[in-house]
Amino acid sequence: MSMTITEKILARAASKKCLGPGDNVWVEVDILLTHDVCGPGTIGVFQREFGRQARVWNREGVVIIPDHYIFTADQKAHRNVDTLREFVKEQKLPHYYDVGTPDYKGVCHVALPEGGHVRPGEVILGTDSHTCTHGAFGAFATGIGNTDAGFVMGTGKLLLKVPKTLRFRLEGEMPSYLMAKDLILKVIGDIGFDGASYCAMEFCGSAIRSLSMEERMTICNMAIEAGGKNGVIEPDEKTFEYVRSRTNKPFEPVYSDAGAGVETERVYDVSQIEPCVAEPHVPSNHALARERRSVKLDRAYIGSCTGGKLTDFLAAARLLKGKRVTIPTFLVPATVEVAEGLSRELVNGKSLVEVFAEAGCEDIAPPSCAACLGGPADTFGRTKGSEVVISTTNRNFLGRMGSKQSRIYLASPYTAAASAVAGHIADPRDYL
Amino acid sequence: MKTIRGKVYVVRDDIDTDQIIPAQYLNLVPTIPEEYAKLGTYALCGLPDGSAPFVKPGAPKAEYTILVAGRNFGCGSSREHAPIALGAAGIRAMVAESYARIFFRNVVATGEFYPFEVAERLCERFATGDEGEIDPTAGTIANLTAGKTFAMKPLGAVAPVVEAGGLFAYARRAGMIK
Ligand code: SF4
Repeated sequence: MSMTITEKILARAASKKCLGPGDNVWVEVDILLTHDVCGPGTIGVFQREFGRQARVWNREGVVIIPDHYIFTADQKAHRNVDTLREFVKEQKLPHYYDVGTPDYKGVCHVALPEGGHVRPGEVILGTDSHTCTHGAFGAFATGIGNTDAGFVMGTGKLLLKVPKTLRFRLEGEMPSYLMAKDLILKVIGDIGFDGASYCAMEFCGSAIRSLSMEERMTICNMAIEAGGKNGVIEPDEKTFEYVRSRTNKPFEPVYSDAGAGVETERVYDVSQIEPCVAEPHVPSNHALARERRSVKLDRAYIGSCTGGKLTDFLAAARLLKGKRVTIPTFLVPATVEVAEGLSRELVNGKSLVEVFAEAGCEDIAPPSCAACLGGPADTFGRTKGSEVVISTTNRNFLGRMGSKQSRIYLASPYTAAASAVAGHIADPRDYL
Repeated sequence: MKTIRGKVYVVRDDIDTDQIIPAQYLNLVPTIPEEYAKLGTYALCGLPDGSAPFVKPGAPKAEYTILVAGRNFGCGSSREHAPIALGAAGIRAMVAESYARIFFRNVVATGEFYPFEVAERLCERFATGDEGEIDPTAGTIANLTAGKTFAMKPLGAVAPVVEAGGLFAYARRAGMIK
C-alpha cells in the first residue's frame, strides 16, 4: 500500500508495515520539546503521575528551551524557569538552554533545529502548537498539551490518530517580492481557519523546493493556523545540509510513495500570488496588500518563530536600506544565533544592525517570544491601547499582542518593512 | 455519566485559546492547586469587550455549568491552561459544532469536562443564562428555558477517558501503565 510521508513516519514510529488515515496507533517519540510556559505544568503532571523519583524515558529525547517570558520582572515567570532548572538538574538532562547563560538560545521553534534536535523521519512532539514548524525538515511534528506531554515524558509513547493528508503543490519561480509568508497566508485564506482541522498539510512543488530551510519553516509553522495537525515538506539536499551542519546523529529520510492517496490536492502557480496581509482577528482573513493601502498603522513588529529568523531580517533590511521608517518599528530576533547574524550579515556593505539603526527602527530587543503573545505587562513591544500593528508573527487573534483594543495585520517581512516606511499597509513592490 | 443540568453560557465561532485564557495568565501553573483555581477566575476573560462576563469580578467561579459554542472552538495555542480554566470555573460539559484538534485532545486528556459535538447550530438556539440539561443516555441537550431538545453526536471512545478522569486514570484502568 502506498503511503504519504506523514503516514510512513508514523508507521515506522509505530512499528507497523502500513497504516492509513483514521488509524489510532501508539508511536515512539524521538523528541519531546517544552518551554517555560508549559514545561512546569508538564513536569507537574509527570511527577504527580509517575512519582517524584521517576526518571524521564530518555534523557536525550527531552529538550527544554525557555523562551516565552524571559525579559520580565514577573515573579511567577522567574519561578517557572527555576522549576525547569531544578528538574533539569534532578534528571541530569543534557539539552537545556538556560536563560542568562551562554547556552541560552531563544524561541524554541527556531532553536530546536539550530541545536540539531530536528532530523528527517523522526517524531517530534512539543507543548506548543507551533511545533508543526519542524515538519519543514521532513519530520512528523505536532503540538500537544501538558497531560499528553507528561505521559510522553514518562513512557516515550503517545496514542496518535493518523491524519488525512491535504497536499498543496506550489509550482513556479518565486517572484523577487514574494516570501513564504505570502504563500502560507494565501493557502490559509483559501481553505479557512479550520480548513485543515485534524489533517496533515503536505507542501510540495518546485516553488517549495526552491525555498531556504528558514522559509520552509515559515510555511510549516503556520499549518496550525488552518487547524492542521502537522505541516510537512519532503527532505532534500538542502535539508540534509542543514541537519548535518547541526548534528552527527544518523537519520533516515522518508518520502511520500508515488501514488499515495491524499484527501485533496491544490495546485498553485506562485507567480500569480501577490503580497498580502491577514486582517484582524483570524489568520484566514486574507487581503492583498495593495488593496489595503488605506489602513493606517501605528507600529510594525518583526519577530517570532514565523518572522524573526535571519532570512526575515535580511528581507526587511533589503527593503529598508537607505529609507526611513515612519512608525515605531520593533525588531525581535528569534534566537541568539539570529541576533549574531544581524551584526555579521551585510546588505550593501552595511550590517543589518546598521541598516535598521539608520532606518530609525527601535533598538533591537534580546531574543525571545516577546510581544508575539502579549505576555506579562512589561513585555517588549506589547500593545497597550488601540494600536494598529503590522506584524510578521503568526496570530492576529483578539488581544494576542496584549491589548484587546489593538488590531494586528499579519504580513511577510517585506510587506511589514514596506508598511513601516509608508505608515500604512503597503505593497513591497513599490519599495523594493 | 449522569445528567448535567445548569446555566448555559453561549459563544460563537473561532473562539481561540487567547480568548479562553489570555497569555498574561500563562505564568500560572495548572498543577499547583491555588493556581488551578486562579486560572478558573480568568476563564474567557479575553472575549471581546461587551460580552457578558463569564466569571463575575471577584467571584471564585462562573455561575455556568454548560458552555455552548459554534465552530472551531479552542483554536490556536496548545496551552492546556485553556480547558483547565474552563473546568476550574465550573464547566462540566460543553457542546460545540466543532473543536480545534489540540484543544479537544486536551479536554479529553485532562478529563476536565465532556466535549460534545452537535450538527445543529446550537449557539443560535441558546442564549446566555438559559437553563440547559444534558442527558447522556438519550444523547440530547435540552434548552429548558425555550423548551426545545437537540440531539448530540455520540462521544464514542472519548467518553470512558473523560469518565475515568483523564488520560492517566484511563490508562491505569486499562492496564496501559502501572
Ligand atoms: S514566537 Fe510566538 S508563536 Fe512562536 S513560540 Fe513564541 S509565542 Fe509561540
